[in-house]
Amino acid sequence: MHELAICQSLLDQARQIVDAHDANGIERIIVQIGPLSGVEAPLLAQAFSIARSAAGFPNAELEIETSPIQVRCQQCGTTSAARVNALLCGSCQSWKVDLISGDEMILKSLILTEQPASLSGPLTRAG
Amino acid sequence: MCETCGCTITPGNAHLVADQGRLSHTKDGTKSIEVLSSLLHENNHMAAHNREHFNRHNVLALNLMSSPGSGKTALLESTIKALKSRYRIGVIEGDLETENDAMRIRAHGVPAVQITTGQACHLDAHMVHDALHELDLDSLDIVFIENVGNLVCPASFDLGHHANITLLSVTEGDDKPAKYPVMFRGSDLVLLTKSDLLEFLDDFDTQKAETHVRNLANSAPVLTLSARREDTLGPWFNWLGEMVEARQNAQNLTPTIQPDGIALHRVGSS
Repeated sequence: MHELAICQSLLDQARQIVDAHDANGIERIIVQIGPLSGVEAPLLAQAFSIARSAAGFPNAELEIETSPIQVRCQQCGTTSAARVNALLCGSCQSWKVDLISGDEMILKSLILTEQPASLSGPLTRAG
Repeated sequence: MCETCGCTITPGNAHLVADQGRLSHTKDGTKSIEVLSSLLHENNHMAAHNREHFNRHNVLALNLMSSPGSGKTALLESTIKALKSRYRIGVIEGDLETENDAMRIRAHGVPAVQITTGQACHLDAHMVHDALHELDLDSLDIVFIENVGNLVCPASFDLGHHANITLLSVTEGDDKPAKYPVMFRGSDLVLLTKSDLLEFLDDFDTQKAETHVRNLANSAPVLTLSARREDTLGPWFNWLGEMVEARQNAQNLTPTIQPDGIALHRVGSS
């Protein structure tokens, strides 16, 4: 279950970005996970729902984008889709291919909530 | 050691945020920040630091991974016995519990640091960094990092090593590379171990195992050996010798495949 460790690393990074931008909190975290990243999206989502409160972002939502496995053949130059344990050229079946998509484990972006102007003063309006 | 290795560099993302965390747009009291960094940014930062440290001391660092019981420690014992006079070897041992493996290594007269991870199923760059403080790198040529026995989690964590070695024992099944593609895709060398047992097994085909590795677009050498038979270890020792030279000739030697390395480079540079 290394997804929890990865999730904590993600939340640490998010915390530093929140502080650097003097933001109030996080509305959404958008990550990109490829099938060859070694991270299981459902486990990451589960870890996130556990870890977000302790990290101080109880309302943050995690959006996981997946990326397709794509390879480019070194022999014939074709770009094609491939399976996780058969990274072969779709045209000539060669295994001499470069992975061009599918191993991503990336924090893409954050949507931060701004610091309300009245935060340090008394509450002046309801809702 | 910290004065020379620069441990006081702040790990983390302040630098990243300043460089890349640019403000994209603002609306409705929210703002969207584009980041584009690895989820393991902090680990990778520490790993790069470890690697610099190994390089400065002219040490080759190798990450040994496999399932539990495939013979990582036995291979290290045979290797130390045979090569102790040629290379100065040190070992970092990762296990959930016990000092047993480090004690086995120390019995051969080489330094070994045991990391006990408790519940953690993998080593990370910070654990290795801490262990490095207990090794005198000036007196070493090769550091073997024996990862926690696990074919899944260790594949995601860069430790700052120069190459990944994955062991697959012939009692495990020749389709392991197809079942654990992330780890075997990232291997710079695959060792089929316990080959002395092959004659008793009718269901392990070394050629099939190699084909499964190739199907991961991996051209890494696949060697068959037994830690109990020194006459099978020659190609492994040759590979080690080539790696020691490669590291001396290239200051930027890294494992061939690094987690999300290509993708991050591609996205970051577009």
